[in-house]
Order: sequence, then structure tokens, then C-alpha cells
Amino acid sequence: MASRSSARQRWRQLPAALALLAPSLIVLGTFVIYPLVKAVVLGQQRCDANGLNCRSNGWDQYWDALRSVQFQNALWVTVKFALFTVPLGLVLGVGLAMLAHKTLSGVGVFRTIFSSTVATSVAVASLMWFFLLQPDVGSLANVGWLNEIFPTLKRPGLLRDSGTALWSVALSSVWASLGFTFILVTAGLQSIPDDLHEAAAIDGATGTTRFWKITLPLLGPTLLFVVIVLTTRAFQAYGEIDLLTDGGPQPGDTTTTLTYLTYGSNSIIASDDGLRATTAVLLFGVLLVLSMVQLRLVGRRVHYGGD
Amino acid sequence: MAAERAPEGIRLVGRYTLLCIVAFVVLFPAYTTVIGALKPSGKLLDNPLLPDAFTLDVLQQAWTDGRLGRYLFNSFVVAAIITVCQVVTSVLSGYAFSMLDYPGRGALFVLFLSTMLVPLEATLVVNRRTVGDLGWLNTYQGLAIPFAATAFGTFLVRQAFLGLPSELRDAARIDGAGHLTFLRHVAVPLVRPTLGALGLFSFLSSWNQYLWPNLITTDDDMNTVQSGLNALRQASLQSPNLVMAGTVIAAVPIVIVLLVFQKALVRGLTAGAVKG
Repeated sequence: MASRSSARQRWRQLPAALALLAPSLIVLGTFVIYPLVKAVVLGQQRCDANGLNCRSNGWDQYWDALRSVQFQNALWVTVKFALFTVPLGLVLGVGLAMLAHKTLSGVGVFRTIFSSTVATSVAVASLMWFFLLQPDVGSLANVGWLNEIFPTLKRPGLLRDSGTALWSVALSSVWASLGFTFILVTAGLQSIPDDLHEAAAIDGATGTTRFWKITLPLLGPTLLFVVIVLTTRAFQAYGEIDLLTDGGPQPGDTTTTLTYLTYGSNSIIASDDGLRATTAVLLFGVLLVLSMVQLRLVGRRVHYGGD
Repeated sequence: MAAERAPEGIRLVGRYTLLCIVAFVVLFPAYTTVIGALKPSGKLLDNPLLPDAFTLDVLQQAWTDGRLGRYLFNSFVVAAIITVCQVVTSVLSGYAFSMLDYPGRGALFVLFLSTMLVPLEATLVVNRRTVGDLGWLNTYQGLAIPFAATAFGTFLVRQAFLGLPSELRDAARIDGAGHLTFLRHVAVPLVRPTLGALGLFSFLSSWNQYLWPNLITTDDDMNTVQSGLNALRQASLQSPNLVMAGTVIAAVPIVIVLLVFQKALVRGLTAGAVKG
């Protein structure tokens, strides 16, 4: 850090600083700050089918969008998606990490396998699940005995049945995040000192007691971080929906999340940049509230956790 | 290591059995796709869960007819541009926020950090229009330039520079070195591990981008691997093997990158979580 310098010296450094900051300022200004401000303005407008000739509709457009069936449906779908993916992803991540934590010979192979899904992009992971679940060409749907047990696999197919579509997409999303969660929880487990467990074992604590009284509390900060990342991911989920269900099955937009409503090619507002900006701004608002909640949680954690 | 009591044989067998079952379930979606990609067209649905036929023809077909070669090339170009730009802009702005002292530094830094709160999804509607106005639809610059700078990278590099002893800068100044000389010959070489981690992170996250390439690419020549898979997907009902083979090819580069950089990546991923 530069030592405290006189006001004149500080002013003399300003041109150099601005020159160094210029590339970042231009990019962030043009592609992060300007679009956010512009989206708020554009969000009051309705545009024609080509996204042109946008006319102002006034601030009421935000209220109209908030009250619309489509927005509320998408918000509810997103919340359901998060309520499924976050707890399940967390429990599976902790389970796998516990399972592979013991020092057994060959456990490294299993660790590599359990972390392997970090290597899949959303497109790769979603297409793998597409070919698992799709009723005509999918693997599961074309195994005879499996079909007899679960007829929905073939007719209409898990991705086409409005009762199962969202959960199937959510499951593929959980799978795709599993490697990430596993790596984080494993690192968290490794940071817990062994002598704590040894001392508790000498005092007669069983494995289950030690898990609830030692492992889980000490994993607290890690688990909180995992929850934050998984929740944010759930609210931004787009690729898996675009590739697996296109927001359907119709009618009902069963898997149209907020992000899909804004950007999906099958979305009801796909051709109206004004309305897309409206939902983008509302999505930003939702995510901002989420970040605030997370910041509060992380702030509170400092009292009883962390270093 | 814990001084566990020796596990009984049965418990050991039980644990390994459980590990194997779970490993099978985790690998299952990838397994079915890989064996599907290796089967000749028409043989796919006979025994969807067993590798009962083998050919490399479909993989080759995905590379040429499926255009995976082209898509991979595009992804590589775009990810490389973004990585280089992010590292360079982060070094410059990270330096300005750590080694220089000037009026307004605090306010500018807060402005930078606040951009981390803006999710990509909130900006892309307008960015699509901006890139269209610039005539950058279906171009490398359109795919890359919006991501040429990040507050995250700036923050990371600033922290690394703040960790350098201040005597270094003083010594360099006495020797008559200007900011750029000091930056190039002293500061950057010393924070190389941080820049490596930032570069790896930039490369992986730009390689995996899905929404943006889909929004601004209509010309098949300019598809990245991710938007290319979306384009290839149109063929999934007529020639499912082909799309499966494309999926496998698309996954290979990242698998290689992760195997090579496994340690660095785990360190990077867990840095925020364990240390808090």
C-alpha cells in the first residue's frame, strides 16, 4: 500500500490511476452499469414484434408485470425449483462427502468419481439427462421392465408430464452441481481436527452423536456457503430448462422459471424487449433481496463460526 | 490421521458396496451417453443400458457433420480472448486500487465492487441490443468483449498486490522505475499464482457460458460448443447417436483441463468456503 502522501501527491497520481482503470471502467460501464440503468427505463416500455418502436407505458408496467399470472407463475416455479434443488443438493453433497471421508484404500477413485460432475457444462449435463429421460430415444424409457414399473417414463415421458417435468429438470440440476458441493464439503470435513472426534470417542460418543454434535456444527460455514451458491444457481437456472423442456409442458408453463420467462425462445414475452426488461429488472430485485438475506446470515455466522 | 478402531470385515465390505452403488448412480447419466455415442446408428435402442456394439464412426460424424470441430474452435478463441482480457484488465485496475493513492479511490472501488451484485441475467436484454447496435452479432468480439473485465478479478489481484511488501515499490522508485516498469518486472511476476488461478477461473466460466452465446449467435459458423449443442439438439430425434457423440466431444476438453489443474481448482473452489 502506498504510504500516506500529501494532497498534491495524491492529485498527481490521479491521471495514472484513471489510465490504468480505463479499460475496466469502459467494459463494466458499458456492459454492467449502463444496461442495468437502461433496463429500468426500457422496462416501462412496450415494443413491437421486432423489439423496435418502444413506447413508454409508464412505471405501472412494473406493477402490471408483478400482478400478471405469468410472472407469479414463473416466480412460484423458481421457488419450487430452489426448494427442491438446494436441500437435496446439500444433503447429497454431505452424504457423499461423509461416505468418501473415511481413510480407506482406493477412496481417491471414489472422490474423483463423486467430483466428476464439475466437468460438465450445463449443456452437456442437460443433454445427458435428455437422453436418459426423453420418451422416444431416451435410455430409461426404452428399457422394457422399467417401463412396466414406471409407465410415465414412456407415456408421456417424465419431461412431458406436467406433474414430473419440473422435478426431473431439478434432478438433473442437482446432479450437475453435485461435484461442486462434494468438493466443498470434503474440504470442510478435512479442516475439522481429528482430535475433536478422538476426544469425543473416548468420552463414549457414538458415530451418530459425533456427526450431529461435532461434524455438522463445524461444517456450518461451509454449508452456509453451499446454500448461498445453490440458491443463486437455482434462481438463475436457464440452460437445463431451455434444453430439457423449453419451459413446458404446455399448457401451464410448468417449468418456466423467471430466467426462462425473460430469455426463453418459447416464452410468452420473447419478442417484446420492453417486457423482457421489466422481468429482468424484477429478477434483479429478487436476487438483490436474496443477496441481502445471505449477507445478513453470513454476518451473523461470524459470532460463532469461522476462523 | 484418526486412530480409528480397526473396522470389522463386514462393515468394510458394506462401506465399499455402498461406495460402488453410489459411484454407479453418479456416473450413470454420463455412462448411458458415452455408450450411446459409441453405438452405430440404429443399434441405439436395442439394449440402451449395455455397451453391446462399438464404432467410432458416429464420433467422427459429430466432429465433421455435427460441426463439433468448428464449435470447439470458436469456444477456444472466445475463452482465450476473455481470459487474456480479464487478467490484463484486472492487473491494471488491481494495481490502481492498491499501489496508487488518489482522490476518489474509495468511491471508485465501491463502484467496482457493487457491479458484483448485478447478475448477468439482469443486463443481457440491453446488452443484446448494444451488441446489435455495434454490429457485433455473430462475432468473436460480441461473444467476448462484454466479459473483458470483472470486479471479481480486480478484487483478487488487488488483494495479492496488497500482500506485497511496500519496500519493493519504494526501492523500485529510487531506482527510477515508473509504474509500468514496476508492474511488469516486479509486481506481476510476484503474484503469478493468483493470476494463474484467475485465468483458470475465467477460462472455465467463459467456456461454460450458455445464455449469452445463444442470445447473440444466429450464424452456425459462430456457435460456441454450448450454443452449438443447442443447435445440434434439433437432430436429437432423427439421429440421437450423433447428438450423444457431440455431447461427449463437448465434455472432453474440460475433463482434460480439470485433470491437469485438479489441485489448483480444488484450492480455488474451497478458498471462499473453508476460510470464510
